[in-house]
Amino acid sequence: MRDIRLLAEPFEPYALVDGFTQAHPGLGGACTFVGEVRGDDGVEALELTHYEPLTLPGMEDLADRAFARFDLMGLIMVHRVGVMHPGEPIVCVCAAARHRRSAFEATDFCMDHLKSAAWFWKREKRATVNGGEWRWIEPRDEDHADLARWSDEGTVARKNSPV
Amino acid sequence: MAPPETDSDAGSVTLVFLGPLAELAGTERRLVCAPLDWSGLLSALEPALAQQVAGARVHVACAGRVLADKTALEARAGDEVALLPPVSGG
Repeated sequence: MRDIRLLAEPFEPYALVDGFTQAHPGLGGACTFVGEVRGDDGVEALELTHYEPLTLPGMEDLADRAFARFDLMGLIMVHRVGVMHPGEPIVCVCAAARHRRSAFEATDFCMDHLKSAAWFWKREKRATVNGGEWRWIEPRDEDHADLARWSDEGTVARKNSPV
Repeated sequence: MAPPETDSDAGSVTLVFLGPLAELAGTERRLVCAPLDWSGLLSALEPALAQQVAGARVHVACAGRVLADKTALEARAGDEVALLPPVSGG
């Protein structure tokens, strides 16, 4: 099973995961990561924009690479776009595999690439005396360091990737 | 009366501005005359925008493909040219 999607509306990650693990009776294990909008530093809202012709095809390509690299039985990769508020889920990655290491690593691999090698632009709105202003989020060095952990991907083609 | 401009306008290329570039351009989409090459793109943009787009961190996609060398842009009528600033990270 493979479920790769962009969603413009709020979603329930654990409902996705339930359906997924029930669809894989006898699987060895599933590793789930759910990312939510952080509410720190007065953040009121987060907006994610994407580019239709590249963003979802890029996620499909990432899923192909995860299946090629790890011994997976299934993969969920669901990402929100649009305006979100603190506490709302942004992303859910769940990898099912016969052995735990593959599930852990595939989830980690997908998250590192979604964070810094996928076509998303984020801006956040913080409370100010004037009622809040939007600010674009710049790339961070840590994201590139996270990505470098997987640089032994070697010759696997990354089609249309930002990096 | 001129026909309404649409994305399928036969003689034009659609520029798509993503992320902070949309804010700088004041719009998400703009129609320009086809064909469009790299120097045509830069001269179609306001100086501040052209300077950003020419910078090493901005990628350009044409018809759904990211160009390895954006200066090799050759957009034809009906193509969509996306201007892609660096993605945001964590």
